[in-house]
Amino acid sequence: MKKDEGKNTQDRMGRRLKKMAEIKMAETSTRRGFLKTLSAGAAAVGIASTTSGCATGSMDKFFQKHYKEMTAEEKEKVFARISEETQKNYDVDINLKDPPPVPGARFAFAISLSVCNGNRACVHACVKENNQGRDPAIQYIRVVELDRGTFNLEEGDIYYEGEVPKKDKFYLPMQCNQCDNPPCTKVCPVEATWKGDDGIVVIDYDWCIGCRYCMAACPYDARRFNFTEPEVHRSQINTNQSYLSNRVRPKGVVEKCHFCLHRTRIGAMPACQEACPTGARKFGNIADPKSDVAQIVRNKRVFVLKEELGTIPNIYYYFD
Amino acid sequence: MKDYILYWVDMVRYALVGSRTYYLWIGTLLFVILVGMGAWGIQLRDGFIVTNLSDEVSWGAYIANFTFLVGVAAAAVLLVVPAYLFHRDDIKQVVLIGELLAVAAIVMCLAFVTVDLGHPERALHLVPGIGRLNFPSSILAWDVIVLNVYLLLNLHLPGYLLYKHYKGEIPVKALYLPLVFLSMGWAVSIHTVTAFLYSGLGGRPLWNTAILAPRFLVSAFAAGPAILLIVFQVIKWRKTMEIQDSVFDLLRKIVSFMLPLNYFLLGCELFTEFYTDSAHVISAEYLYFGISGHGKLVPYIWSGLVMGIGATVVYLVPALYQNTKLLITASVAAVIGIWIEKGMGLIIPGFLPTPSGDLVEYEPSLIEFFVSLGIWALGIFVFTVLARVAIAIQEGNLRARKAA
Repeated sequence: MKKDEGKNTQDRMGRRLKKMAEIKMAETSTRRGFLKTLSAGAAAVGIASTTSGCATGSMDKFFQKHYKEMTAEEKEKVFARISEETQKNYDVDINLKDPPPVPGARFAFAISLSVCNGNRACVHACVKENNQGRDPAIQYIRVVELDRGTFNLEEGDIYYEGEVPKKDKFYLPMQCNQCDNPPCTKVCPVEATWKGDDGIVVIDYDWCIGCRYCMAACPYDARRFNFTEPEVHRSQINTNQSYLSNRVRPKGVVEKCHFCLHRTRIGAMPACQEACPTGARKFGNIADPKSDVAQIVRNKRVFVLKEELGTIPNIYYYFD
Repeated sequence: MKDYILYWVDMVRYALVGSRTYYLWIGTLLFVILVGMGAWGIQLRDGFIVTNLSDEVSWGAYIANFTFLVGVAAAAVLLVVPAYLFHRDDIKQVVLIGELLAVAAIVMCLAFVTVDLGHPERALHLVPGIGRLNFPSSILAWDVIVLNVYLLLNLHLPGYLLYKHYKGEIPVKALYLPLVFLSMGWAVSIHTVTAFLYSGLGGRPLWNTAILAPRFLVSAFAAGPAILLIVFQVIKWRKTMEIQDSVFDLLRKIVSFMLPLNYFLLGCELFTEFYTDSAHVISAEYLYFGISGHGKLVPYIWSGLVMGIGATVVYLVPALYQNTKLLITASVAAVIGIWIEKGMGLIIPGFLPTPSGDLVEYEPSLIEFFVSLGIWALGIFVFTVLARVAIAIQEGNLRARKAA
């Protein structure tokens, strides 16, 4: 990781990188070696699954290991099962991948609030890309309409209608900040959500117990719960899926924005960024000083949401 | 070993036989439990869509009841301390009932947490060694540990003492006294940890306050003895066993200290919120006064306050508390008042308005109501059966048969 080159004006960037390094260190020193495997003995404890899925594979599902504990073959089996299930339930062939974190990368957004006009193209592109349930509708991005002259998000309006941008208003898109000090992963009682090496906070939907503590902990209103089996029409299913991101979720688990990791981890842009007609969204690897985001953070007066909470978000906002 | 099995057989047999009133009572409870299980079944089948929870208010009636009941469980310590530390014989007579009430309360807590899970069948993920319990990072992981250990402590202590009594033997102090002392500290820990669940969240200003744990303990030490007072009065009225007046006296005194203290702490909280009048006051404003037409909780919280403060008055004025019926009424009011204040009165406004300025009101759905009712019935059922058997053994009505 490269230290910042500049001095005074790049204060924030420097502090940020330092904090990042500190967190990295803390992570390595406190990471407890919980690499245990489900012993055959424990597996023999016959407890019937209370949510009755299909009979076939429900035992495999019940005893499925945590993502981090699965071997490559075990993952293959699980992915095959998920593909089969999707085929059965939605009658579509999916291409389920599992792209690993990009080594050394730190993904971030820089969003220009001068440019964002509240059209919500990002919201809808995200829903399409990520196979969110349509009824009840799950949206990862909330665009907050704020009165000019205030920055109190709690007094914003997310249900605004009509032609945008409205006079005397400005618009602020909120989604998961992939915080470097995430309150959500800290509270998860079963480590079902964690921060990947490229900074993306991911969820193992097959491990989440659905306690929703992470939702209470998140200060950015980023997490969503599947109140039903997600309802997505087969014609609307995006078949380019990955295990930790946009595969069709089971009901009763938490999900959220994952920076489209099935795209961004292989070099593409997130769906919201591609869909934005105004160019307000810049996405990239902030650890690379030549990236758009790194340059914006260096050269513009950027800020993050609720900095006082010490979450160290990875979405920067600025006015041009 | 054979004796121990017989002990259990005898207890189960005793629990199965009773008067018509007993059968009617147990039958009613079982029926309500079944209704609750049916409602939970619907929730499991259809998902949380059948609740009124939302992405905005993601915890509701279940977690509110859970929070309150952890306090009830912790309050057993108020009998354990005088019984074992101050060797009060009058309290020793009833301490087992207090511990069994704690057992029933913990059973309800665990049930409330379980029904709040989107995937209860994945509860194994919480078991150290099998799952990945996120200890020490997650306070919920701490809560899982302290609650289960507290349950075991409160099962072991009465279980062992009653077994010895059943056999007509003297209990071995080394086998229970150290655990008694452990349970004293442990009782405080369960409610402290439960408060830390909320107070550790920087994104929820209403909960993010250092006095939440002290408030939880004080309100528990008011509501818990008030419940015990009601239970003991029922036992006295039904003449199930002798309970000395000094026991009632002690419980009343504890409540009369704790209730005013509870409202003092609440007052401190309200002063800080409303005098500071920062942007963070908005959740408290929503709770007590409502904002921009949203205020479902306003009548709810005020009725809780009126009940609690009314009860405080009764508990402090001799002319009032000397009237047993009035004292019992006040105890019921105190319990409900605190249940409102630290239950939904704390959990719901903590979420509102949401970080993006949304105000989604919440009240439990019918399914949530019936599931909760079923769990309360389960707790009362557990307590009835345990207390009935325990009293029988303690009073000498249920003893080991002499070897044939």
